[in-house]
Amino acid sequence: MVERIVNIKNRAGIHARPAALLVQTANRFSSNIFLEKDGEQINGKSIMGILTLAATYNSPIKIIADGTDEQQALATICRLFETKFEEE
Amino acid sequence: MKKITVLDLLQLDLRDRDSLNLKCIAGRSGLVRELKVPEINRPGLELSGFYDNFAFQRIQIFGRGEMAYLEKLAKEGKIETLEKLFSCEIPCCVFTHSQTPTDEFLGIAEQTGCAVLQTDLPSSEFTTRILRVLSNIFAPKQSIHGVFVEVFGVGVVIMGDSGVGKSETALALIERNHRLVADDLVEIRRVSGNILIGTGTGVSSHHMEIRGLGIINITHLFGVGAIRDKKQIQMAVRLEDWDPDKNYDRIGAEENFMEILGVQVPYIVVPVKPGRNIPVIIETAAMNERLKKMGYYSAKEFSKNVMRWLETESAKAIFLSET
Repeated sequence: MVERIVNIKNRAGIHARPAALLVQTANRFSSNIFLEKDGEQINGKSIMGILTLAATYNSPIKIIADGTDEQQALATICRLFETKFEEE
Repeated sequence: MKKITVLDLLQLDLRDRDSLNLKCIAGRSGLVRELKVPEINRPGLELSGFYDNFAFQRIQIFGRGEMAYLEKLAKEGKIETLEKLFSCEIPCCVFTHSQTPTDEFLGIAEQTGCAVLQTDLPSSEFTTRILRVLSNIFAPKQSIHGVFVEVFGVGVVIMGDSGVGKSETALALIERNHRLVADDLVEIRRVSGNILIGTGTGVSSHHMEIRGLGIINITHLFGVGAIRDKKQIQMAVRLEDWDPDKNYDRIGAEENFMEILGVQVPYIVVPVKPGRNIPVIIETAAMNERLKKMGYYSAKEFSKNVMRWLETESAKAIFLSET
């Protein structure tokens, strides 16, 4: 299991479009992927879960990946956060 | 396009408000003449001798006025006017109000091989009906391979590769009290500009082929309530085998369209895999489509709400960090 804390860099936060992108990316990996905010953990492969996080600008999110391709999954998802979900 | 003759017009299966009540009273040999334009003409000017710009390729309609003039001509013995009229290659003459033309008229029609038809409808009513019928016949056409069903009043055409389960899906929808319009081959016509009307093709339309059962008759099995003859196409659904590498729409905030005969039809792709209840998905899609028409777009509203929520949360965070 690997984990990393990232900050949300896009101003709008995680709304529908970034959430869809996140889910699409997460589904490419066989590892289980979880996102954690304020102690609440949700499945990174569920779009509704991600939206209920209320992940706003600058809030820290812990990304947890667990499985055979966990390293790659974590790196790819972190890159999404860094590139502001291809926004801005 | 297939040639449409006067005989085809007589043989059309028209009912209720479309019925033309036509019968041929003379010039049977002229029934093979072709109808080339979806228009009509009242030959008043021509009978009086004025032939400039004569729209001879149109169906010629004789109402009470034209009939009275014909009788006047007959009294005066002016037969050459009629000869002139029939020397033009007119497709057919129609007499409204069940009027029977003069013997001279019928005689010349017989000689020149031009069909004379009669209807009991008044001229104005006949004109509106024939124009409607002709515009349907001459409407742009296209055939699509798929099943056409009416789901909650929405005309949904289901497409997809052979064996993906189109017929099975349609059968499940019929079982859930929706209606079958056509199976396998849907004939689509574009009428009044941008309305697509889908129908089946003759005998095969209300039959379905189900693997393992063979051909079944939907009308006999499920009753007349389970079928429809024609319906406007309001939505297109493509079924395809689930491809794990393909990204399917997760939000639905973007509308996709498919172009049929130049008309944009809302279009969705539904991936099929065991455990996915396709009929229920199509039912839901149809209801969602109705909701969109009524001005409520679920995905967009949801997205808007999330944005608003994120904004308030964000503002709250800034406020808390400042105090």
